[in-house]
Amino acid sequence: MSALGELKRERIDQLAARAGQVPEGEGGVSLTRSALRRLRRDPVAIIGAVIVVLFLFVAAFAPFLAPRDPLAQSLLSDIRPGFIPGSQEGFPLGVDNLGRDLLSRLIYGSRQSLMIGVISTVLGVIVGMALGVLAGAFGGRVDTLLMRFVDILLSIPSLLMAISISVLLGQNQYALMIAIAVTQVPIFARLLRGSMLAQRGSDYAVAAQALGIRKSRIVFGHVLPNSLSPVIVQATLSLATAIIEAAALSFLGLGDPDLARPEWGAMLANAQAFLSIRPELAIYPALCIIVVALGFTLLGESLREALDPKFRR
Amino acid sequence: MLRFIVRRLLQLIPILLGLSILLFAWLRALPGGPAQAALGERATPEAIARYNELFGLDEPLIVQYLRFLGRAVRLDFGTSARTGRPVTTEFLERMPGTIELTIFAMIFAIGVGIPLGYLAARKHGSWLDSASVIGSLLGVAIPVFFLAYLLRLVFAVELGWLPGSGRQDVRIDATRITNFYVLDGLLTREWDAAWDAVLHLILPAIALGTIPLAIIVRITRASVLDVVNEDYVRTANAKGLATSTVRRRHIIRNALLPVSTTIGLQTGLLLSGAVLTESVFSFGGVGSALYDAIFARDFAVLQGFILMLAVVYVLVNLLVDISYGLLDPRVRVR
Amino acid sequence: MTRRHTRAVAASAAALVAVTLSACASSDRDSGEGGGGEQTGGTLVFGAAGDPAMLDPAFGSDGETFRVSRQIFEGLLGNELGGTEAVPELAEDWEVSEDGLEYTFNLQQDVKFHDGTDFNAEAVCFNFDRWHNFEGLAQSPSASYYYQAVFGGFASTPDTPSIYESCEATDENTAVIRLTQVTSKFPAALALPAFSIQSPTALQEYNADEVSGSEDALTYSEYALEHPVGTGPFKFESWDRGNGEVTIVRNDDYWGEPAKLDEVIFRTISDGNTRRQELEAGSIDGYDFVSPADYETLEETGAQVLVRDPFNILYLGMNGGNVPGSGANPALQDPRVRQAIAHAIDRETIVNSLLPEGAEQATQFMPPTVDGWADDVTTYEYDPERSKALLAEAGATGTTLRFFYPTDVSRPYLPDPAAMFQVISQNLTDAGFTIQPTALPWNPDYLNAVQAGQADIHLLGWTGDYNDAYNFIGTFFAEASNNQASAEFGAFSAPEIFAALAEADSEPDPANRTEMYQEANRLIMDYLPAVPISHSPPALVVAENVQGLEPSPLTAEVFSTVSLSD
Repeated sequence: MSALGELKRERIDQLAARAGQVPEGEGGVSLTRSALRRLRRDPVAIIGAVIVVLFLFVAAFAPFLAPRDPLAQSLLSDIRPGFIPGSQEGFPLGVDNLGRDLLSRLIYGSRQSLMIGVISTVLGVIVGMALGVLAGAFGGRVDTLLMRFVDILLSIPSLLMAISISVLLGQNQYALMIAIAVTQVPIFARLLRGSMLAQRGSDYAVAAQALGIRKSRIVFGHVLPNSLSPVIVQATLSLATAIIEAAALSFLGLGDPDLARPEWGAMLANAQAFLSIRPELAIYPALCIIVVALGFTLLGESLREALDPKFRR
Repeated sequence: MLRFIVRRLLQLIPILLGLSILLFAWLRALPGGPAQAALGERATPEAIARYNELFGLDEPLIVQYLRFLGRAVRLDFGTSARTGRPVTTEFLERMPGTIELTIFAMIFAIGVGIPLGYLAARKHGSWLDSASVIGSLLGVAIPVFFLAYLLRLVFAVELGWLPGSGRQDVRIDATRITNFYVLDGLLTREWDAAWDAVLHLILPAIALGTIPLAIIVRITRASVLDVVNEDYVRTANAKGLATSTVRRRHIIRNALLPVSTTIGLQTGLLLSGAVLTESVFSFGGVGSALYDAIFARDFAVLQGFILMLAVVYVLVNLLVDISYGLLDPRVRVR
Repeated sequence: MTRRHTRAVAASAAALVAVTLSACASSDRDSGEGGGGEQTGGTLVFGAAGDPAMLDPAFGSDGETFRVSRQIFEGLLGNELGGTEAVPELAEDWEVSEDGLEYTFNLQQDVKFHDGTDFNAEAVCFNFDRWHNFEGLAQSPSASYYYQAVFGGFASTPDTPSIYESCEATDENTAVIRLTQVTSKFPAALALPAFSIQSPTALQEYNADEVSGSEDALTYSEYALEHPVGTGPFKFESWDRGNGEVTIVRNDDYWGEPAKLDEVIFRTISDGNTRRQELEAGSIDGYDFVSPADYETLEETGAQVLVRDPFNILYLGMNGGNVPGSGANPALQDPRVRQAIAHAIDRETIVNSLLPEGAEQATQFMPPTVDGWADDVTTYEYDPERSKALLAEAGATGTTLRFFYPTDVSRPYLPDPAAMFQVISQNLTDAGFTIQPTALPWNPDYLNAVQAGQADIHLLGWTGDYNDAYNFIGTFFAEASNNQASAEFGAFSAPEIFAALAEADSEPDPANRTEMYQEANRLIMDYLPAVPISHSPPALVVAENVQGLEPSPLTAEVFSTVSLSD
């Protein structure tokens, strides 16, 4: 399920190495600007960006967009076992099994998905980068030790790892985020380290060293900023993975225990029981997850292509 | 070659040691520690003390870890709290099902993925190309358990074409030899049993194989595109070699290298990642047992299964590296 | 408490459903009678919700174990088909001595165990002595729960004396059992599957009493896993543990009316949706724990939904005591706060919207069909304003309640815990409480946490084992059930309730006893240690062609009367 997160070590390293090859400028046009120009012409990137922007917009303005209180069990008394009222006046998509407005819950659910995705990815990036920078900057034994540790983490498939961590921390949404974050750490650690190693030999790093600039300044002033583009690409892809993994953990019963709080994965898992009477309850949240995950994937993939010198034609 | 394999095997040791330390730490970190985990929260302090003494939990951590390691090496992971049976027995009994499922899923992913990826690259820019790119991205974006539910709902429940749960119809009185049901059916010449097992594998294999399929399509497409632009292909074309020869000798062969890495990686993942698929299809493999163990808080099973699965995963990756070494001599030299 | 519930659950869960096998699937075994109508033979596949723990009912406390063992074994007493009364089974009849301490059982003659051993008074006494002499881990509450619930302790536990004194085989077919004190549980409790009579030969040969492992991960004997031998209409055939399939076959030498089916296979499918879809796809012939949401859909496809009479209670437990260290919310010691909770819950909507048709609002902790139910207990109507006023009066407005609910489980009295939790949460929030939710997997986490008094409020319930008031309210509120070790209701202290229950249990006259239980119910509802919510009719479902399965309020269905039609 976390195929994207499971990029093989080699692939991560390749990606990192390529980023290292990126020259500072190219014919007077900065890398970022030329990348942006390519992105604007790429329909895949545009679709991805539109989805992502729309998703962010909905999450940000949920209280204004949602027609109703997502927690109010408005139509509960109309519900009978085996009967859930469908779309009707005031409830454009109908209600869930407790009479709550489905549209409003979907809209509010974007916030939860965004929060889980962003927090877990940011956590993963920070810890992974720290490990990667340490390994890349110090090299030698520190590097060997840290990378062995990362290899061990990589040897546990990410879902198993997430399950172990969720079981350890109990069922709550922080545990969920930490569990997902931990599965991201090894990817970013490898990425950063590879990228830094690739740049260590680069002309400007050698030049800076020759000029007697302190190592920490070279790392933080030059090497790190230049390593950021693969990290951004990977982070975008990781957001998609995180959203899907959150849904999977919710499905496994390891999600947020406050079921009233709308979350797509939990809504989807909960709706399985009503598939025979109201399949929409499952289909809408599933579509939301798929579309948003697809949006981040499209954007991430086209960013990768735009930033990759190999793809410049 | 032998030295390469030996070196890779030696590299496994620190990884497995590290894994065992992590899992040992995990069990120790569980709320209440191992005694509480085993005895439940009602356990009296005396019972916990007795348990700690019995299992040597009052000794220094390092001694305990070594003892844990000693048992782990002998594949002794204790007894399942849920079923009261040895964890290793359960694992070995269920692993064949998961292996079978993985093989079928990979057959599906490779059988569809490589031709599709190749065609997409050959017709670069066509609708088929765009469709396969978008389809492969979509394949990765669908939550596996939802896809599994959908497949079962449509093909097992609504259309009734294929069985939607289990490994074999319970009414078939099949002889079990290896616990690989398809193989058993073939060995005992119980053709209906073998065929029934195959039918039971189809839907779960498709659900499980979708992500590797998506990835294989992308990698195949990308590597064929890469290779087509390589000098040696241009040279071959310029030399006037027949197109089919160029395809066979140069494009396909070289493009398959990265694809084979991906296949290996994905196989390892599937072996351990079938938790969701197996539970949706009530498929009696390792994944569904893990799923049950999560709910029963069956720590012995969680610990033993996760460690053994990680070992399987690492070993499969090793096999992949070795076969990669066979395919590409450059790797050996490194 | 925990185990009590587990078993209750168990017993309740022990719905055996008969499953039928479609004739074509086992054509080789079918007798090949043409035409429609009832047919002898065939295989029925029944979708169970979980694996049996093992198959020795003496160590059973869960429904899935009893679902299978009930077909293989019989007790001195059994349950009336489709009812809750205990009726003669292996005992033809019995007499009770004047003092209520000596029971003389006249046994069925010419009965043999599946292994050919004779069933006689010695075999009966062998079983009673076996239970009384359990040692080591066999004494663990998770093993011999029911024996301890009915008889107290064991021969080797003088601190917890047993009410069992002796069993004597006065002749081949007469067993005399002596007790040390009168109890209202006897002899009806002997209909519990845990008191099935098992083959002495097989028990000895396969070391049935060897229970090893640790307290919560018991490993049972070869007997319990591979060689259970009883007198019932079905014999144990095989248990495929990897695939969760238990197969039992007809006992052709059965002393009574033989079973119609050739074979019943219990197949474990833990997910409720999968069970439904497998039934629709025809790969199983029936299953238990039908979701109320599915009744209609199932009936549309031709399946028969068999609704049992409600014989259970769902309640909202409150931690109104003060167990040191449990961190219990002191506000719940104030009766006004407990009343505010009771008034906040909209039982009518719950019963209509969440529970299957036929569910009833509960006014007390037992269903109206049990003797001792009182029609004049204090009731607490849905009235959020009243709740708010009571809370304000108690100075507890905004009180935070840690509300525990179980996940991944469906109980006969609680088909959808998550929905129930969310509705009650909303009710309580509306009345001015703040809810802090905790979700735990049912077994063991949830049951342990609730019993340890970690929750402020929690959802739990009970399905009766037999028609006896003590089996409900005694289980919940007797003094022995409320102590530091079992703090579901915070080890609350209500001497008048404890006394009323103890007196009623030892009252030999049934009429007096009923009145005493009514009084106990009034006291309980005045004190309000928990809020009774509903009685809900659980259902099982079988395919169109399955005949003769009688739903049991105790969820104790037998398959011997089941047959398949074309």
